[in-house]
Amino acid sequence: MNPQINIGVLALQGAFREHIKALQALGVNALEVRLPHQLHGLAGIIIPGGESTTIGKLAVQYELIEPLRAFSAQGKPVWGTCAGAIFLSKEVGRNQPLLHLMDITVQRNAFGSQIDSFETDLAIQGVADAEHPFHCIFIRAPLIEKVGAQVRVLARLPQDGNTTNGIVAAQQGHLLATSFHPELTNDLRFHQYFLSLTERNHE
Amino acid sequence: MEKQIGTVKLKRGLAEMLKGGVIMDVVTPEQAKIAEEAGACAVMALERVPADIRADGGVARMSDPEMIIGIKKAVSIPVMAKCRIGHFVEAQVLESLGIDYIDESEVLTPADEQFHVNKHDFKVPFVCGCRNLGEALRRIAEGAAMMRTKGEAGTGDVVEAVRHARSVLGEIRRLQTMPAEELVSFARDIGAPYELVKETRELGRLPVVNFAAGGIATPADAALMMQLGVDGVFVGSGIFKSGDPAKRARAIVMATTHYNDPKIIAEVSRNLGEPMVGRTASSLAEGEKLAKRGW
Repeated sequence: MNPQINIGVLALQGAFREHIKALQALGVNALEVRLPHQLHGLAGIIIPGGESTTIGKLAVQYELIEPLRAFSAQGKPVWGTCAGAIFLSKEVGRNQPLLHLMDITVQRNAFGSQIDSFETDLAIQGVADAEHPFHCIFIRAPLIEKVGAQVRVLARLPQDGNTTNGIVAAQQGHLLATSFHPELTNDLRFHQYFLSLTERNHE
Repeated sequence: MEKQIGTVKLKRGLAEMLKGGVIMDVVTPEQAKIAEEAGACAVMALERVPADIRADGGVARMSDPEMIIGIKKAVSIPVMAKCRIGHFVEAQVLESLGIDYIDESEVLTPADEQFHVNKHDFKVPFVCGCRNLGEALRRIAEGAAMMRTKGEAGTGDVVEAVRHARSVLGEIRRLQTMPAEELVSFARDIGAPYELVKETRELGRLPVVNFAAGGIATPADAALMMQLGVDGVFVGSGIFKSGDPAKRARAIVMATTHYNDPKIIAEVSRNLGEPMVGRTASSLAEGEKLAKRGW
């Protein structure tokens, strides 16, 4: 891994501090991004959890939408967690600012209110196998309802009672979406996986 | 592994998602929509904003569930609601309504002068007020998953918010430079559990997210609190008691994100219209000070 690599974390609102800590633990130079010029020189960017309407509106106000699309068009990896996944998506079934980058349809607050938030262990393709599952934290989490032909499903919830085996992690080339929060655990495997996408981009 | 709900991680985790944001007091579904549209990261549903509670006097209680449900239906962002200090049945009612966060708040008239709610009993997370580190850690020991410095609600005077934030953050800085042998005495002196004192020292911050509240009325006030080192701000009367609530709400959201950028704060502060009519915290009679409620 190249320790000189710069990774941005969109720091408009939400849990950006935790992503920065995880990236630093992997020896990467992590930078807060609040304005378009701060995208300069980054190899990839993470859009954190938070409130997707807040993040979207702040991104519109300071004209980050087009620069983020251009950033992705260069093939540079973009990873959205929870609210970030919503912001990355094409469709959420309601009117709010979106990047429309990833061919996924997302349902917001798919599980209900905060008392329905949950933690569970899951296997994630390319990241964690069933023997060493990933501890996934879902907080007022969205579900990925539909994915396009270019999108690979990385993880689903097990079918149980009233929850469908909904998609909770997906990848479309250099774009990643997770409805849970790897940054709230000490497990760095998902961040490592994201960094491997920037390396692929360098080659 | 079985699915787990109501864990400490989930309760504290939601607060992590609110960081860098503005939580706004709203009294109607229409106000909630204005707040969401302006970029609030959550709303606090209540019947009267603190400035009106002050003006009206009398006993302030949990809001009518009908009104809370109406606000919950109106927005997609998290909805918080207040219960009285120690009133665990009001808390049970709010939990049953599917509220996302309960504020055990000194703004309402306390129901118990000795004990706060045992917040471990609930699946829904709680936020509580504090004036200093000891009070913050006592609330966290009772299960609070988020803190807010109290300030003096309903005044539009930021001085108490600054005092309380400086007190909490200053005591944490002092704790970090203290020799280890002084920790137990320090914990005794501030009336906080030793384990939480130790954890706070190791983290260099409170074990939970800490917002500022009580008197924030302008974008510069919000940025001031952020630069002092809090994680986000509550704005109560400051928005909907001002001349142009939508515009002021947007401006405070911008200033909270770009708190280190005076040019942006200047830009968003232009032509905001009338701020709320303030009342200096120092002019309040002792009995009028809400921050003194709770211990």
